[in-house]
Amino acid sequence: MNAPSPLRSRAEAGETAILIEGLSKWFGDFQVLRDIDLTVRKGERIVACGPSGSGKSTLIRCVNRLEPHQRGRIVVSGVELTDDLKQVDAVRSNVGMVFQQFNLFPHLTVLENCTLAPVWVRRAPRAQAQDLAMRLLERVRIADQAHKYPGQLSGGQQQRVAIARALCMSPTIMLFDEPTSALDPEMVKEVLDTMIMLAGEGMTMVCVTHEMGFARAVADRVVFMDQGEIVEQAPPEEFFGAPRSERLRRFLSQILDR
Amino acid sequence: MSAARAVGWARRNLFSSPGNTLATLVLLGLGAWLLPGAIRWLVVDAVWGRQPAAACDAVRGQGACWAVVWEKFRFMMFGTYPYDEQWRPAAAAVTLTALLGASAWRRLWNPRLAVLWAVGIGLAFWLMGGGAGLAPVRSEQWGGLPVTLILAIFGVGFAFPLGVPLALGRRSAMPVVRALSVVYIEVVRGVPLITVLFMASVMFALFLPEGVRIDQLLRAQVAIILFVAAYLAEAVRGGLQAVPRGQYEAAQALGLGYWRTTALVILPQALRLSIPPIVNSFISLFKDTSLVVIIAIYDFAYAVKKSVETDFAWKKYFIEAFLFSIVVYWIFCFAMSRYSQRLERDLARATKR
Repeated sequence: MNAPSPLRSRAEAGETAILIEGLSKWFGDFQVLRDIDLTVRKGERIVACGPSGSGKSTLIRCVNRLEPHQRGRIVVSGVELTDDLKQVDAVRSNVGMVFQQFNLFPHLTVLENCTLAPVWVRRAPRAQAQDLAMRLLERVRIADQAHKYPGQLSGGQQQRVAIARALCMSPTIMLFDEPTSALDPEMVKEVLDTMIMLAGEGMTMVCVTHEMGFARAVADRVVFMDQGEIVEQAPPEEFFGAPRSERLRRFLSQILDR
Repeated sequence: MSAARAVGWARRNLFSSPGNTLATLVLLGLGAWLLPGAIRWLVVDAVWGRQPAAACDAVRGQGACWAVVWEKFRFMMFGTYPYDEQWRPAAAAVTLTALLGASAWRRLWNPRLAVLWAVGIGLAFWLMGGGAGLAPVRSEQWGGLPVTLILAIFGVGFAFPLGVPLALGRRSAMPVVRALSVVYIEVVRGVPLITVLFMASVMFALFLPEGVRIDQLLRAQVAIILFVAAYLAEAVRGGLQAVPRGQYEAAQALGLGYWRTTALVILPQALRLSIPPIVNSFISLFKDTSLVVIIAIYDFAYAVKKSVETDFAWKKYFIEAFLFSIVVYWIFCFAMSRYSQRLERDLARATKR
């Protein structure tokens, strides 16, 4: 490694939310991530896109160590992700994640889904955790369903609950892994609106999504990945208006023609 | 109108195709051939109530001798327990059955139930063993249904906290834990219960220092617990495997860590999914407790056998005695089976649309 750049030293000082350097990852013999460098500043909104199998989901799953990486460094809010479980849990309780399949806990009510981690990880008093949960459920406009079970809600409603559940841990960073891909078309908007609201509040966000309208409206930077590499990254106007690489041009023509 | 509907139902369900019609006719024929004789032997020509063996001898071959159940009821139910004290095992059996009934009621599932169990078990053992005002009765004299209930309830109660960690251990990322769990489960499942009981009774004594004796019933109980734990572990493992990966990931992403993820997210779902195989294990266990006969413990089945075997006048009516024991076992097992179905349905309804 070279001498620390000014950017990197500021990152360690805490102005950088996520710092990824020289990240490589293999599934068996197959290399899914190749020497990725990516810095996400506090409050920045990043959209990652790319063809399936490009490694974009794996990349954000590395950020809260749902996937361990083999080479390179990941530093989240000043904490480096290593095999040290304490550090990993510190990062995880500070980074919210929303999944494609919602992954709500089916045996718990909506409210219990939201209070589980605050009560058991943050040791918050139950009443206080419930207050916070109700406020956040209110914000994603689903407070009236608080005592139902996830199985009784629509996909869009479940995904909004999943967002509220992540917010209940008061994270400073939110990761979204294709949050609208498993939804019926008419439910995509309600989830995107919730995410736009969140972006408006200054949350640091990294979203893997194919919703290019969302990327245009919200992203500070759009990252295009292909075959495990970051091919191109740029602000949305430039990204969509003047793509530099042939691979991105082909990708954009494929998804924008739909 | 209802007659027309009955004909319609029969046509749809019993005679819908040539194959169905044939099956219906064959089964009806079999029933007509066997049922009248069976009903005559079981009910009509049978000897009911408290009657001497001579009354049975008079209709031998034509009617069942249910009088044997009346005659030997106390011995079947309580074995060699001192006759004048048999109200005590009766009260113990009622206590244990009542506890089972209370536990089946989901509204009572709270910490107080555990207290209730502790009190109930203490009461049952005091009744059975005596002391503190009751004449002491050594466990060698215990017998019959209370012994079966004790072996089954404690077998389940202690196998559970052993089987769940074994199931988790078998899926552990730690190779030593995983290997130990696999070895334990596979060794125990590869051995018949009867040999485990035999070892507990005979071989275990060889390892103990001279003069130290561990109660025979306790040894059988421990053997049963260790045996059932392995089967339970496999039942629970099936449930664990059926919990989607996303559930682990969501819990991990919230920072819950392994133990809280397991206890709060994974096990509640896995145990729910394993209700049918768990109940299956329990039903097997309830019946398998009768194998303790090989180490001379008077459980219910052995007491029934002995009750007729030892009495020359009634010896020939062992079939009726065994039929009676079948009915008693069936009542318990059928109750468990029905209860598990209801529980499954209730738990599913609580979380589904």
